[in-house]
Amino acid sequence: MRHTIQVTVNGQTHRVEVEPRLLLVELIRDVLGLTGTHVGCDTSQCGACTVHVNGEAVKSCTMFAVQADGCEITTVEGLATDEQLHPLQEGFWQEHGLQCGFCTPGIIMAAADLLKRNPDPSEEEIRRALEGNFCRCTGYHNIVRAIRYAAARMRGEAVVPRGEAAPTGAS
Amino acid sequence: MEARAYIGAPIRRVEDRRFVTGRGRYTDDIVLPGMLYAWIVRSPHAHARIRAIRTEKARQHPGVVAVFTGKDMLDDGVGSLPTGWQIGPDMKEPPHYALAVDKVRYVGDGVAVVIAETKAAARDAAELVEVDYEELPAVVDAAEALKEGAPLVHDEAPGNLCYVWELGDREATDRALATAHHVTKLEFVNQRLIPNAIEPRSAIGHYDPGRDELTLYTSSQNPHLIRLLLSAFVLKIPEHKVRVISPDVGGGFGSKIFHYPEEVICAWSSRKLGRPVKWTAVRSESFVSDAHGRDHITTAEMGFDRDGRIVGLRVRTIANLGAYLSTFAPGVPTWLYGTLLAGQYKTPHIHVEVKGVFTNTTPVDAYRGAGRPEATYVVERLVDLAAHEMGLDPAELRRRNFIQPDEFPYQTPVVLQYDSGNYEGALNKALEMADYWKLREEQKRAREQGRLIGIGLSCYIEACGLAPSKVAGAIGVRAGLYESAAIRVLPTGKVQVFTGTHSHGQGHETTFAQIVAHELGIPLEDVEVIHGDTAEIPFGMGTYGSRSLATGGSAIYRALEKVKAKARKIAAHKLEVAEEDLEFRNGQFIVKGTDRAISFGDIALTAYVPHDYPEGLEPGLEENAFYDPANFTFPFGAHLSVVEVDPETGRVKLLRYVAVDDVGRIINPMIVEGQIHGGVAQGVGQALLEGAIYDRSSGQLLTGSLLDYALPRADDLPSFEVGHQETPCPHNPLGAKGAGEAGTIAATACVVNAVVDALYHLGVRDIRMPLTPERVWRAMRGLPTDGHAS
Amino acid sequence: MIPQTFEYKKAQTIDEALALLREHGDEAKVLAGGHSLIPLMKLRLSTPELLIDIGGIQELSEIREQDGRIELGALVTHRTIEFSELLKQKCPVLPEAAAQIGDPQVRNKGTIGGSLAHADPAADYPAVVLALDAEIEATGPDGRRTIPVRDFFQGLFTTALRPGELLTRVRVPVMPPRSGAAYLKFPNPASRYAVVGVAAFVKLAPDDTCAEVRIGITGAAAAAFRATEAEKRLVGKTIDDRTLTAALEDMVDPDDLLSDLAATAEYRAHLCHVLTRRALRQAFERAHG
Repeated sequence: MRHTIQVTVNGQTHRVEVEPRLLLVELIRDVLGLTGTHVGCDTSQCGACTVHVNGEAVKSCTMFAVQADGCEITTVEGLATDEQLHPLQEGFWQEHGLQCGFCTPGIIMAAADLLKRNPDPSEEEIRRALEGNFCRCTGYHNIVRAIRYAAARMRGEAVVPRGEAAPTGAS
Repeated sequence: MEARAYIGAPIRRVEDRRFVTGRGRYTDDIVLPGMLYAWIVRSPHAHARIRAIRTEKARQHPGVVAVFTGKDMLDDGVGSLPTGWQIGPDMKEPPHYALAVDKVRYVGDGVAVVIAETKAAARDAAELVEVDYEELPAVVDAAEALKEGAPLVHDEAPGNLCYVWELGDREATDRALATAHHVTKLEFVNQRLIPNAIEPRSAIGHYDPGRDELTLYTSSQNPHLIRLLLSAFVLKIPEHKVRVISPDVGGGFGSKIFHYPEEVICAWSSRKLGRPVKWTAVRSESFVSDAHGRDHITTAEMGFDRDGRIVGLRVRTIANLGAYLSTFAPGVPTWLYGTLLAGQYKTPHIHVEVKGVFTNTTPVDAYRGAGRPEATYVVERLVDLAAHEMGLDPAELRRRNFIQPDEFPYQTPVVLQYDSGNYEGALNKALEMADYWKLREEQKRAREQGRLIGIGLSCYIEACGLAPSKVAGAIGVRAGLYESAAIRVLPTGKVQVFTGTHSHGQGHETTFAQIVAHELGIPLEDVEVIHGDTAEIPFGMGTYGSRSLATGGSAIYRALEKVKAKARKIAAHKLEVAEEDLEFRNGQFIVKGTDRAISFGDIALTAYVPHDYPEGLEPGLEENAFYDPANFTFPFGAHLSVVEVDPETGRVKLLRYVAVDDVGRIINPMIVEGQIHGGVAQGVGQALLEGAIYDRSSGQLLTGSLLDYALPRADDLPSFEVGHQETPCPHNPLGAKGAGEAGTIAATACVVNAVVDALYHLGVRDIRMPLTPERVWRAMRGLPTDGHAS
Repeated sequence: MIPQTFEYKKAQTIDEALALLREHGDEAKVLAGGHSLIPLMKLRLSTPELLIDIGGIQELSEIREQDGRIELGALVTHRTIEFSELLKQKCPVLPEAAAQIGDPQVRNKGTIGGSLAHADPAADYPAVVLALDAEIEATGPDGRRTIPVRDFFQGLFTTALRPGELLTRVRVPVMPPRSGAAYLKFPNPASRYAVVGVAAFVKLAPDDTCAEVRIGITGAAAAAFRATEAEKRLVGKTIDDRTLTAALEDMVDPDDLLSDLAATAEYRAHLCHVLTRRALRQAFERAHG
C-alpha cells in the first residue's frame, strides 16, 4: 500500500505518494531530483547520505520516507542562501577539504550538526564527530581544517584562507 | 600590469563550487528519458559449474523488461574482456565474459542481468532467477593454487599459473648473497586490499537507434581506453559510433581504470532494448566486483657487506591475479613492481621472480601505487629490519646506501634509469622536521616508563609518468602511453583545454587551467578544462600511475607552444615587425624596446576574423599535441612516523606522520599536499586496518562490507606534517613528476617499521599486515600471528 | 539496498501498537529509531511483512526522575542520553556509554529501547544496564511487567520479551553516594561495535572497601553478561593492583566467548580482563569523588 506523505525539503513543501520501503535518500534523489545527497554504502556507515531531519543530522539511507512524514528536511542544496555559501561550504573550498567531492555533502551536513552543539570544537572533537563519515581522498587533514575555518567564521572571527581565490586574473 | 604567476600558487579549486553545493554530476545522478535499471545476479559460490539458468519467473515479474544470461551475450557475438598487458609469450589469457557462461569462478561473478522499469523491480525479480549450480572445490590463496592437485580455475592455465616472470641477474645475485656479511630475510604477505572509492561504480548504456550511436556513461578513470576496448574487442562495433562519457567520478584509486563487465552489460542491453540502461553498484556489490589490489606472498633476502652496504637483493613473489585477468593486471606485479626493487639504494645485484596465479577470487589489478607500494614494502622493511639486526640506526644504514645526487642518471640493475634525485636531502629534511634525535631520546625515556613508542622511516622511489611508448611496447603494454591535449582559443580570447586525462578528485580543472593561464598571461577564469568525453577530446590514455601532470600537463604545454607560435605570427603581421622582434609577456606580444603591443585577445579575434591576416596562414587558433614522455619520472621522498603501542591490548596509535616528498615542480601546492595526505591515509590503512579475507574452504569473501573491512576514519589518523623538496624532472617541459601515489607508496612500510621499532626489543621482527591489535598483542607474546583470521 | 515490500502502520499510542502486534504476530516488527532494523532489511536479512512504527508515541520519549530512579522511555535517543543534564548528574555512566554508540548521525536516531530489544551481542548499553542493575519495563496484552535486567539478555538477539510485548521503559538507579561507574569499549575497527565493552559499578563502604561491585560485559559472548565471580571476589576489598590481579584471574572462560574476524576468543578473554581492570579503577576513583 502506498502512503501519502508531506515533507518540507529546503523550505519547499512536497506531497508525495510513496511505497513504505522507499528510503528517505531515494525520495530525495530519485523522486525530488536533489542529487547532492549521495549513497556510498549499504550498511549505514559512510555518511554520504547525511541530511538534516528536523534540524538533526541523520543518515537518509537508514530512514524510510514514510517516517519523515511531516518533517523538515535540509539537504546540501539547501545550505547556501541566495548563492551565499554557508561557512562550511566556504571552509571546504578555502581549505581544500574535498577532492572527488562525493563524500563532501554528507560531511558538510554532519559538521553543521556538530557546530550547532559545539561552536568551537577541538581537532579531536572534530575527528570524533566525523565517526559516521568516510572520506577516501583527503585523509581528513583538510576536512578538519575546513571545519575549524567554518567554526571561526560562524563565531565571527577573522580567518585567513589557505586557498587563493582564483577569479582575480591580473593583479 | 603584471600577469599573475599562477604556477606555484595555492589556487583554490575551480571545480569545488559545484561539489560543495551538491551540484556535482556523477553517473548515478544522470536520469535519461525511458531509462531502465539493471540488477546483476551474482554467483554465491566461489567455483561452480552452471548447469542451467531459469529466467521465466523473473521475466514475468511486474516491471521486468528483460533477463539476459552470459549465453545470450555470447550468442549475440559479444566477446571477452581483453587484458591490456602481455607478460611474456606464454602468458595464459583465458576468456573473461561479462556474464559467466559455463562456470563461475569467484563469489560475485555475474551470471545474469535483470532489466526493469524500476530499481526495485529489478532487485525483486533478481531473486526469481534460478541458477542450478554444481559446486566445485575452490582455491583462494595463491600459494595453495600452485600446489599439485589444487582446484583448477581455468582449463587453459594448468597449475593455475598465468606466467612466470623474472628480472635481473639470478646468478650474480645468488653469488652476492652467498658471500654477504649479513643477510636479512623476511617472508611477507602484502595483503589483498579493496579500494572502496566512496562513489560506487555506475554505468549507463544509451543507444540511439536513429543515429546508430551508443553512448556509455561510466564512472571511469579513462574513457578512451574503455571506448577502444568496448568497441573494437568486446561489442565489435565501429569505434566512431561509440561515445564514452565519464562525468564527475567519486574517487578511483585505480579501481576505476579498468574495463568492467557492467559497462559491457549496460551498453549491449541498451542496444538490444533500444532504451537507456543504468546499473549502479551497492557497496556490498562493490566489495566483490571492483578489482582488488596487492595480494602478494613474498620471500625476500637482502645482503650487506661488513660496512652495511647492500650487496644484493633476491625476491620471490607469488602474485594472486584473481579469477580473470583485469585490464592492467599482468603488469602490476611484474614491471610495475620488479623494476622498483632498487629503491633509493645502490644495489648492485637484484633478481626477482614473480609467479602470476589464478584463484577463485575477485580479479586483482592496480590499486593506488600499483606494484610500487609492494616493492617499497619489500625494500624498506628489509633495510629497516637489517638496521635493527646489525645494530645500526635505520637512518644511518639508509644513508650508507643512497644513490648520491652526482650519480644521476643512475642505471639500476632492474631496467630503470633514474633521472634525478637527492635522497639524503629528503631524509635529512624529514629527520629535521620530526626532530629525530630528540624523538629517539623520548622513545628511550618512554620505554623506561613501560610505554612502547616506535619510530619508523620509509624512503621510497616511484616510477611515474607512464610511460614512454617505446618502453611500454617493450614491456608488453598493448597500448602507447603518451597523452593528448587540445587547446581551443575562442574568438573572444577565452580558452578551452581538452585533456585525455581524467580528474576524479585530483583537481585537473584547476591545475591545468593554472598552466594555461600562466603561460598565456590570461586570467584563470578565462580557461575551461574539459575532460571525460570521447566525443570532445582527442584520444587520450586517462589517469593512473600519477601520470596526469607529467604527461597530460606536458601535452598541454606542447599545445600551448604551438598556440603561442601561431599567435606570434599573427602578432608580427598585425604589428608589422619580424617575429624575432616580439616578446610575449603578460598576455601581450610586445615589440621589444617599445610600448607597441597586441593582446592575446586581439590576436584570437584576428585569427577568427582574418580580414587582415598573414599570407598562407590558416585561420583559427586551435592546436593539438600528443606528448610521449622521454622517460618515466621518479618522484621520491622520506616519510617518518611515530606510533605508540598499548602494551596490554596491542592497539597501535599513530601519533605523528611526517612526509617530505619531491614530486618535481609544483603547480598548486595545496593540491599536492592534499594528494599526499590522501595517499598517506590509504597507506596507513593498509598497515593498520585494511585487509580482505577469504574463507579458505568456501571461498566466501568474509570482509564483504564496511562492517568487516576497516577503512580509516578521521579519528584513526593524526594531522600530517608535510614538507617538500623540489628537484625538477629534467626531461619534461613542466619539470613535474607526479604526486598521486607517493603517500600510499611510502606510508605502509613507514608505519609497520615504526611498530616493529617499538617492539623489536621484545623479540618482534615482523608482524603480518594489517597490524590489528590482536596481531600486535600476539607478536608481543611470541604467539603466531598468521594462524588466525584477523 | 532495497528491502522487500512490506506494509507500514504508525501507532500513536502504546495500546495501538499492542493491538497491531496482537493482530499480526510474527509477521510484524516494531520500528523505533530503525537503526538496528533498517540496515538488516536493506540487506534482506530481515523481511517483515509489517512494520509498526512506534516513533510517534510521545510518552515513550521522556526521561524523568522518580523514587530514586531515572526512567527512560524506549524512544529516548542515544543523543538525548548523551547530552542529558539530568543523567550527567545522576547517572553519568549512561551518557558516557551513549556517546560511544555508533556515530553522531546514528545517535540522533537510534533509541535505547530499540537497542536493548534488538540485543545485539556487540551493542554498548547492555553492559551498562547490567552494571547498573537496571529494570526493563515491558508492556503486553496483560499489562506492564518489570524484568530485572540480569534476566533480560538471554542469547544472541534474544531477550526475555514475550511475543506481543513491547519494551516500553528502562529504569536505572540514581547513583548512590560514594559510588562510581565507568564504561570502556574496545571497538571493532570496521564496524565500531564493541569487540569487548565493560561497564563497572563500585559502591564503597565507609572503610573504602567495595560494598557492591557489578561488572557488565558486552561484545565478548553471544549475550551480554555479568562477571559475577569476579564481583564476589572484590566485595570487601579495596581496589589495587594485587586485589585486581587475584580477583580477575580467569574471570571469563574463552570457551564461552565469541571468535570472529575481529578477535579470537582467547584475545577477547584477555580484553575482558584488561578492560575490566581499567573500568574498575575508574569506577573506584569516581566513587572516591
